[in-house]
Amino acid sequence: MTETVITADKLTKKFGDFIATNEISFEVKKGEIFGFLGANGAGKTTAMRMFCGLLMPSSGAASVAGFDVYKQTEQIKKSIGYMSQRFSLYEDLTVKENIRFYAGIYGMSRSAIKEKSVLLLNQLNLSGEVNTLVKSLPLGWKQKLAFSVAIFHEPKIVFLDEPTGGVDPITRREFWNLIYQAAERGITIFVTTHYMDEAEYCNRVSIMVDGKIEALDTPRNLKKTYAAKSMDEVFLQLVRGAKRGE
Amino acid sequence: MKQFIIFVRKEFYHIFRDRKSLLIIIMMPVVQIILFGFALTNEIKDSNIAILDNSKDVATAEIIHRLDASRYFSVARNLNTQKDIETAFKTGKIRLVVVFQPGFQQTLLHTNHAQVQLIADATDPNTATTVTNYATNIIRDYQNDLNVLVATPYMIAPQIRMLYNPQLKGAYNFVPGVMAMILIIISAMMTSVSIVREKEINTMEVLLVSPLKPLLFILSKAIPYMFLSLVNVSTILIVSVTLLEVPINGSLLLLMLEALLFITTAVSLGLMISNVTASQQTAQMISLLGLMLPTLLLGGFMFPIESMPKPLQFMSNLVPSKWFFIIVKNVMIKGLGFKMIWKETLILLGMTLFFLSISLSKFKTRLA
Repeated sequence: MTETVITADKLTKKFGDFIATNEISFEVKKGEIFGFLGANGAGKTTAMRMFCGLLMPSSGAASVAGFDVYKQTEQIKKSIGYMSQRFSLYEDLTVKENIRFYAGIYGMSRSAIKEKSVLLLNQLNLSGEVNTLVKSLPLGWKQKLAFSVAIFHEPKIVFLDEPTGGVDPITRREFWNLIYQAAERGITIFVTTHYMDEAEYCNRVSIMVDGKIEALDTPRNLKKTYAAKSMDEVFLQLVRGAKRGE
Repeated sequence: MKQFIIFVRKEFYHIFRDRKSLLIIIMMPVVQIILFGFALTNEIKDSNIAILDNSKDVATAEIIHRLDASRYFSVARNLNTQKDIETAFKTGKIRLVVVFQPGFQQTLLHTNHAQVQLIADATDPNTATTVTNYATNIIRDYQNDLNVLVATPYMIAPQIRMLYNPQLKGAYNFVPGVMAMILIIISAMMTSVSIVREKEINTMEVLLVSPLKPLLFILSKAIPYMFLSLVNVSTILIVSVTLLEVPINGSLLLLMLEALLFITTAVSLGLMISNVTASQQTAQMISLLGLMLPTLLLGGFMFPIESMPKPLQFMSNLVPSKWFFIIVKNVMIKGLGFKMIWKETLILLGMTLFFLSISLSKFKTRLA
């Protein structure tokens, strides 16, 4: 039995009368690629923010990397990586400076940063662009770099909030190769997306509708259950009943 | 500590890569000081005047000569008739017309009472008052010189000394004023914009998820801009001492320390602004308008606070620049020590702590 790295038990967040996430419960195992799906406004980002320690839950329980989301946010922050919806590197800093900055605030030593960034840049074919300002890189490269930076300090879990928005299919494929490599190294991937082809790449997928988790299984089982040819159909069947608009 | 150095270095990359803003930040104080020092001066120098001399005698010649020789006036025209006066003003170049009555010297010697008329262009009332005052003084000087020969008893002659600023230079007043204005605007604006930018480009979220402590974040944001503001203080001081010949009469160290305190006030205001704004433009507008107007209107260096209505006088107490203006004037111009400015220092310190605690507590709730 592999170890569980994220657990949620009736985790709820209310903003006034509005229930953004409603008693969601699930577990994520180490090294798993966990897809967190839902239409816009279904409560994905709110749930993710609670796991990252950005938002305090209203009720329910949750732990990330074995730490409680109410009391141990500091420890959680040390064990996770995060890549936000919009690409989040500093455009006026070079590739090297961005890596050094983000690795530095996670407390990595200079020599470790140096050693690892050589490997990383080779892997990303960015060795020639070390001193290039990030703003002059193409979007796809920026996003791959942002992901690599998010897992640079070898977190236990990395949270990706719609990481591939606005990227062409080829680059998205390359991006997912990076995700697979990270998962093989034992990093747990928690990813939100609304590209249904990406959902097929995940080990398990949960689909949120109006703040609740309506389905949670492997993509194959989900398709079987809903008698659908693709994840697209599964998603449409579930979301059709949604009350919150886009 | 290592995190702190890494963060501060990143801030300096931002600052040095944005050449245009850096240039503005460095040059703004110099431009402002030069503008106030040379262009916006309210001192009167070489004002053009016209003369309508209906007498043309020794006495009028002497008075005209004295007016022309003074550094305030130069005689640009001699008029012939009453009608010419209006034409002269209509050119817009003449500030003052001096009219002597016919038989001026004769009347003066025989009746002891001659008349000279000063007509000023009062479209600008302040200048008109100043110009007529200067002219009156020059004429009175001449009268006094005449009276030396005739023993006139019982005369009270007030002797006036202008302390701290014997030449009545405007620079003595506006150098502290510009310093207060520049520091509060630049420090608050730079700090707030740099934090709001992190929100705008979404790096803020990543930073909040990282183990970086909020206090460390705030310190790393504040310190580079405090450093830049100290550079600004130095340029302002160098320009005013060398170009405008305004002395630093008090302790330079005390002056710099007080400036550092005021910069901290401004930076904490900037932090507060960044808490309530989400876009760089808003942060910029709030810093510019929200801080420049109160500083200009209620800071005390443009308009005297004593002559304002009571509610405005009360409000001026809430403007940090007012207190810094008093401090700089006392230390720099009057050469006073800490004993004379501890009250103002304490007020600034209190304001800083107030702003800081608000922005710190606000910042923490965003993390919760």
